[in-house]
Order: sequence, then C-alpha cells, then structure tokens
Amino acid sequence: MAQQKRLTRLFVHLLLFTGAALMILPFGWMLLTSFKTVTESTSMNPFVFFPSVWKWENYVEVLQQNNFFRLYWNTFAMVFLRIACSIVFSAMAAYAFARLKFPGRNFFFGLVLFQMMVPTQIFIIPQYLMVDSLGMRNTIFALLFPGLVSAFGTFLLRQFFMGLPKELEEAAKLDGCNIGQTFVRIMLPLVRSGMVALGIFTALFAFKDLMWPMIVNTNSNAATLSSALAKIQGAYSVDYPELMAASVLAIAPMLVLYIIFQKQFIEGVATSGGKL
Amino acid sequence: MNRLAAKRISRQTWGEWSWGWFLIAPTIIGLVVLNIIPIIQTAFLSLHKSGDFGRGNIYVGFDNYVKMFQDAQVWHAVGNTLLYALLVVPTSIALSLVVAVFLNGKIRGKSIYRTIYFIPMVAAPAAVTMVWRWLYNEHFGLINYVLSRIGINAVDWVGNPKLSLFSIAIIGIWSVIGYNMVLLLAGLQEIPKDYYEASDIDGASKMRQFFMITLPLLSPTLFFVIVTSLIQAMQVFDVIYMMIDVMSPAYNNTVSLVYLFYNNSFKYSNKGYGSAIVMLLLLIIMVITFIQMRAQKKWVNYM
Repeated sequence: MAQQKRLTRLFVHLLLFTGAALMILPFGWMLLTSFKTVTESTSMNPFVFFPSVWKWENYVEVLQQNNFFRLYWNTFAMVFLRIACSIVFSAMAAYAFARLKFPGRNFFFGLVLFQMMVPTQIFIIPQYLMVDSLGMRNTIFALLFPGLVSAFGTFLLRQFFMGLPKELEEAAKLDGCNIGQTFVRIMLPLVRSGMVALGIFTALFAFKDLMWPMIVNTNSNAATLSSALAKIQGAYSVDYPELMAASVLAIAPMLVLYIIFQKQFIEGVATSGGKL
Repeated sequence: MNRLAAKRISRQTWGEWSWGWFLIAPTIIGLVVLNIIPIIQTAFLSLHKSGDFGRGNIYVGFDNYVKMFQDAQVWHAVGNTLLYALLVVPTSIALSLVVAVFLNGKIRGKSIYRTIYFIPMVAAPAAVTMVWRWLYNEHFGLINYVLSRIGINAVDWVGNPKLSLFSIAIIGIWSVIGYNMVLLLAGLQEIPKDYYEASDIDGASKMRQFFMITLPLLSPTLFFVIVTSLIQAMQVFDVIYMMIDVMSPAYNNTVSLVYLFYNNSFKYSNKGYGSAIVMLLLLIIMVITFIQMRAQKKWVNYM
C-alpha cells in the first residue's frame, strides 16, 4: 500500500516535472541560440547545444540597429499610462456602480457589460480613424488611446467594492465624511488587491498586444517591443541568433517583473478569476 | 419639521446622484467615444466601399456581405478559426485541469511549479512565436534534430499546409496552460476538504472522487474558463501573423478571421470589407456564447 502510494507520487512528480521542463525549454533555447554564431546555430552535424564562445555582440548589434532604448521607453510609457488611466477611472466608476444610487445606473452599467462581450477588433478601424484624424499617429498617446478607460477594470473593481461591508460607509457618514472623502479615504485603500490585479492585467495586455501598435505606430521609432519584433523578423529572417537576442530583449522586462512580483501576478489572476 | 426633513433628504439624494454621475463620467464618456460609437461606425462601414483612410465612402448596401459569402478565403478563415479553437480549448483545459488537481494536493515544490507553468503567459506572443518558429525550423530546428536521432525524417512543421495549424495550436496550448491552471487551482481550493474526507471514509477511490466531487463543484470555474478561452481562441491573430505570411503555402490553411480582417483593413486598405469580416466574427462569437449560456443550465452546479 505504502509502496503504491510512493509510486503514484513519483509518477505525479515525473509528469509535473516534464511539463515544467516543456514550459521553460523554449526560453532556454532562445537564450542559448542568442549567444551563438550563425554557423553554430545552423550546424546539424555535429549539433551544437552550447555556444563555444558566448557571443554578446549579437545583443550589441540588435540593440544598436533597432533603437531598442526607444522601444523600451515607448513600451514603458504606454504600459504605465494605461495602468494609471484604467485604475483611476475604473475605481471611480466601479465605486459609483457598486455603492451609489443614481438615475441611469443600470443603463450605464449595461454599457460596461456590453463592451466586455464584444470582440475588441470591432473597435479598431474607427479608433484608428480617430487617432489619424487627430494627427496623433506614431505617438505615445496613440498607444494609450484604446486603454484610456476600461470596462473590464470597472467590472472587476465593482466586484471588489461589493464585497466590502456597508457599515463602513455608514460610520464614515456619521463622522462627517462626504461621498468623495468616503471613497478616497475609506473605500479605496480596501480594494488595493483589486487595483493590483487590474494593474497586472492591464500591463500584461498592453505589453503583449501586437495589432494595435502595429497599425497605429508604423514608424519604427514609435513602435513597442511587440510590434518591433514583427518588423525585425522580416529584416533578419535567416540570422536566428540575432532574432533570438531581440526576443530575449523584448521579453526581459516583463519576465523580470514577473520574477520579482510572482506572488502578486498569480494571486491577482486567481482572485479576479473568482470575481468575474 | 416634516418639510425640513424632506428638504434635507432630497438634498442628500441630489448629492448622491451628482457624485454618481461625476464618478462614472470619465468611464462612460470614454466607452461611448472609444467603443459604442465605433461599433456603429463599423456596422456602417461594412455597408460601404471605402476609399483611402475611410474618406470618400461609397454606399454599396450588402455587397460586402454578398462578396464575403462567395469568398472562399472567408470560409477557410471561419473553418481555420473554429478548428483552432477546437484544438486549443479542450486540450489546454484538460491539461491545466490535470496539473491543477495534482498541485492541489500536498505536494512538494507546489509554488515553484505554479510559477514555472505561468511563465509563458507573461511573454509577448510575438517573441514566443519567433522562438517556436526556430524550434520548428525544418533544417536546423531542435525538434527535427531530436526526431532525427530517433530515426524520423525532417518534418516541415510551419510550411506544410496539413500540419501548420496544428503547430500553431501547440503554441496556443503551451501559452495558456499556466493561466487556466491558476484559475482552476483557485476554484479547487474553494471546495471544502470535508467532502473528500467523508468520501474517504466511505472508501471512494480518487478517480471516483474526481468525477463525483471535484468536477461538479468546479463546474462554475470550469464554465468561466471555457467561455473566456473560447472567446480568446476565436480572436487568434498574433501567433498566426508571426508564423505564416501571406505568401506561405500554408496561408489558406491557417489564416484566421482576425488575420483576414487585419489584411483586408490595413494591408489592402479595404476597410469596408474588413468591417464586414469583423461583423461576421461578432456574430459567430455571439452564437457560441449564447449556446454556452443555454448549455450552462445542463451541467454547471452553482451551490
């Protein structure tokens, strides 16, 4: 019996370990290839696993030729602004929808729900035409534009506000707080985990998005890390070490953030999944 | 006295109303400008033949829709998109459920496993596809090298029209397992432990416990994961765009509705036709979601 239990456990670990290895393997291969010479990367006989000399020049070349510092700046600015806008505006609206009574509340909340059910591609052409007619293509503002407000964030934070006890507001009212003060001083700090989750979702979505930056910021100085990769792929089609170096550079910031804040990332996804 | 009270209340109510409107104003104005008006515009555009940059639209009635239903490529795209969703959604959910169930027990290294499985979720699809393309490379790729060691000839994973959608689906599954696993694990942790203890006493096997306790009690989470993954899968674009260009022999067998929408709207600047394609996508997603909502009553248990 005990023997069988040990065997099952071994089997489970073996499966989980294999899965984990498959999850990391592409990243490992990306890293190894990024340090090879082109000859090493395309040598099949003998097959080269580790570069004989770690060729840092691949990175130097990719960094210089593609203006990567600019790409980092564009991406960070977009992610930061989208997080700020979605958290501020969504928290405001979410609180009103969760706790205040006013005419039109259900109708307006219906709009929020409706937006969440529609595929985002349906907004893209008109949004592009708006940015274009404002003369704002190839700017940070263009990257921010679709993320100015967030129906998803409003819905998510509303769920968090609804989970708070009503007595808090009654007590605040007795102490002479008006609605604005109650919202900012009492309620907002209590949904911090919701705001962190929203920030993480917003950052991931903005960072990974490919189509919008590709459409609206065609100028390579205004691209994001994601949209620049699409161009770089065309330019270096055979130089796999440099393509891999570019990929490493593009995923590095989010990967580093993830390793530092892994608990928040995973808990953010886990709690919000239960809320939606 | 009474009138005074009434006046006070109405002032308070008025205060609450104006705070409510003030707080929702940015979001609602934003939603109307960024989303509601664009839906109407897209529907409007789909009835037009567009000149450059949407100016000089010519009304053509339902011509775009008629053209769409006669366009073989649109049908390819519908088929490819549905096949992709059918490949990715059940497989990824089954695999993530297995991992989640394993990690829900007392197991060493639980949080490390969880962290690792989630990693693909934080990497940009553009970069991820690039490395997979390299792994899949017919002549120099790691996968074909490993296959050659066990005596299998080189496979053209990307260029072979019969295979490429499967290769793309593997990337899709790989990317999303960790995310689904985290959601399902959160659902599993909500199930009260006593249920398992009670059935242990009754001598139920682990398999039986899984089907009689775990699955029914997990069904609301499972439903949420299925609905959102299906909607996601129906909008697949990044991986296919990065992997298959328009000239590829596998294009017809891999192009998705969103890829076709992108090509028509922005590559060929035919925004009217692009709009019609995205309206079709909207319709398909609405039908699928509606079916799921109906089916939900049959298998989802809300406690």
